[in-house]
Amino acid sequence: MRQYTNVITAYLIMFTLIILVGIFQSWSIALTILNYCLISAVMTIGANIQWGYAGLINFGIMGYTALGGLAVVLVSVAPVGEAWRVGGLNMMICLGVIIGIVFSIRLTLKKIAKSKNRNYLIAAIIIIGILLLRLISAPAIENIEAVEPAKTGFLGGLGLPVLFSWIAGAFLAGGLAFVVGKVALGLRADYLAIATLLIAEIVVSIIKHEDWLARGVKNVIGLKRPAPYEINLQQSPWFIDLVEKFHSGKLALINSVSEKQEVLKQLVIDASSVYVKLCFTGLFLTVVIILLIVTQKALYSPWGRMMRAIRDNEEAAGAMGKNVVKQHLLIFILGSAIVGIAGAMMVTNDGLFTPGSYRPMRYTFVIWVMVIVGGTGNNFGAILGGFVVWFLWVEAAPIALFFINLFTAHLPETNEIRVHLINSAPYFRFLVIGTALLVIMRFRPQGILPEKIIKN
Amino acid sequence: MDFINAILVLLNYTIIPALTYGSQLALGAIFVTLIYGILRFANFATGDMMSFGTMFAVLLTYYFQSLGINLGIFPTALITIPIATFMMILYMLSIDKFVFEYYRIKKSPPVQLAMVSVGVMFVTQAIIRIIIGPADRTFLDGEKFILKASEFKEMTGLNEGLTIKSTQAITIVITMIVVSIMFWFLNRTKTGTSMRAYSDNEDLALLSGIDPKKVVLITWVIAGILATIGGTLYGLDKSYRPFVYFNNMLPIFAAAIVGGIGNPFGAFLGGYVIAFAEIFLTYAYKKFFTYILPEALEPNSMMQILSTDYKFAVSFSILVIVLLFRPSGIFKGKTL
Repeated sequence: MRQYTNVITAYLIMFTLIILVGIFQSWSIALTILNYCLISAVMTIGANIQWGYAGLINFGIMGYTALGGLAVVLVSVAPVGEAWRVGGLNMMICLGVIIGIVFSIRLTLKKIAKSKNRNYLIAAIIIIGILLLRLISAPAIENIEAVEPAKTGFLGGLGLPVLFSWIAGAFLAGGLAFVVGKVALGLRADYLAIATLLIAEIVVSIIKHEDWLARGVKNVIGLKRPAPYEINLQQSPWFIDLVEKFHSGKLALINSVSEKQEVLKQLVIDASSVYVKLCFTGLFLTVVIILLIVTQKALYSPWGRMMRAIRDNEEAAGAMGKNVVKQHLLIFILGSAIVGIAGAMMVTNDGLFTPGSYRPMRYTFVIWVMVIVGGTGNNFGAILGGFVVWFLWVEAAPIALFFINLFTAHLPETNEIRVHLINSAPYFRFLVIGTALLVIMRFRPQGILPEKIIKN
Repeated sequence: MDFINAILVLLNYTIIPALTYGSQLALGAIFVTLIYGILRFANFATGDMMSFGTMFAVLLTYYFQSLGINLGIFPTALITIPIATFMMILYMLSIDKFVFEYYRIKKSPPVQLAMVSVGVMFVTQAIIRIIIGPADRTFLDGEKFILKASEFKEMTGLNEGLTIKSTQAITIVITMIVVSIMFWFLNRTKTGTSMRAYSDNEDLALLSGIDPKKVVLITWVIAGILATIGGTLYGLDKSYRPFVYFNNMLPIFAAAIVGGIGNPFGAFLGGYVIAFAEIFLTYAYKKFFTYILPEALEPNSMMQILSTDYKFAVSFSILVIVLLFRPSGIFKGKTL
């Protein structure tokens, strides 16, 4: 038990903080923060098994998150029949062409010996393939995007329940990770970081600008939800009864009937939003717990020991007959797939897909700060990092505002410095996160909850 | 005649802008490569450091304008560059003292230093946004054009005009001056040679009595000069917006790696490779072909290889290809 004391203390402090937000700000805000903390926790689990277990640095988290989000659109949105009719066939042919290109390149690589001619042949295949793709897709894209551009203008998805998209997100992200891993995993650590960062940028720019796929920067709104809608809840009798029972003491104090109705109505509206968020919290918590159990089991299995051996001394592990390249690729795919799940969860939570919002600052660097601050190689630490850093990221601005008001209280309301500082309060979050990272790196480089190796 | 018109179209819309953009990237890429070669880490705060220097140039420009000081036809920003550079170097040296030095003495692995530079990136970004805010700012004054399209048409009687913006000329000229001085310094002076020696083999350099502190100091000074000048030129040519500077870090990294990281001359050329590739691959050649092809063959489409939305994606794809086939860069840098 004693070895878990610091874990339990750290988590208790974190939950107390969130409860304090609930008391002082509102329960709705507290739950929003909690939900995002859980999503961040899934991302940090993904990043942590890459960095903490295997020492692979992946700055492409943004790309996998975006692919997870794309999966939600592709799986849950109802198909746009009209768009499929005018351009679906051509796009399917394009898909075939892409598969053809890949296979013909693989065949060339296998059958023809390494030579200059082979390189020319591959280049020719790619150029001809791209020309063919442009020829086939150009009219189709134009037609698809012309179908009710204000509302659809894209192919739509499969119309399946949205929870399937979480799995699809994992597969999409894992697929990308396979390609990236094949290309980039041989590089030295910091080059891998740069290469993955740039590849993620390419992925996001494709999602942003291929409107026929997911409407690009025009966003997809009103996505399906695995939880009930607030408006339906507010009209269902069982929910109103529940709220009435919950607040019976408070309602009993009010005498007039009409006033009582009015108060109850307001309570129901508040409660419906809390209820929906609680549903999401339940779903996200399930995902986090499942992932935690699986990763924890994996960490202490023979496979986990092998990964640590590879991380600590690649050559020695190779000499013992472990296939370093294959294991690196495997863990790169697994970690990215988990990040893909998180991306899908986030879009499901928001109910909208906004490719323009995928920026490396928020979706790569902040996640990395979470992993480093929480504790690399320790799943409890990584999750805690997700909680702490997300909490700081959200609450830094209100806290900064409080301190600015405190320190400039003696200045008049219209004082230029005071006004300027109050206006720039949101940017203090960067300062807080950056300082947190620098302090942790300097004084506790292993993170809040360091890696623990159980030997039996 | 049509042929000259076609060349003018290319000059106007591709070659001159690419040279300008390439120069701006080249300055940043040399900055990255120097830090990588001598301090041995990938500096993720590159874009924000350039932004930090430019912020001083912008603020000082506003201040000088309010005092009524200007350079006539030249932008006021040119006189603010030395002061801004000085502030930038002070900032870099204090960051080095408080943050990077500890890890350097401990001989931490490069990845750890790269992560620390991410922390520096966050802090720098916060300071910039708290001081100047995230808004888009232009601080160009003085004469806007050296050569206007209409004047050129009148002069030569051609259909196509040639426009040269003063910022384009200033960027290219200043880059050439700065880069030549820097190469002269690195290759011909004793301090420069000791820096190169330190970059090639740290142990041997220490053995032959090179003072590592001095090398680090000079590196940050050169880095500060490059960052401020590169950032200010970019800001003059386009506009100053902190977010854009952060994003510029990516093509700059691409340029440094394509040129072979740790090799300043490679980084210089890499900047132009990236800029020309970005602009040539995303330019719509319709007008160009309308001039050189006979009427019957005139193109209907835009004749664009990639849409301009993919500008950044082009440079990143080049980087990926280079990493795949020549991981040490086109011009042979350090082996990866």
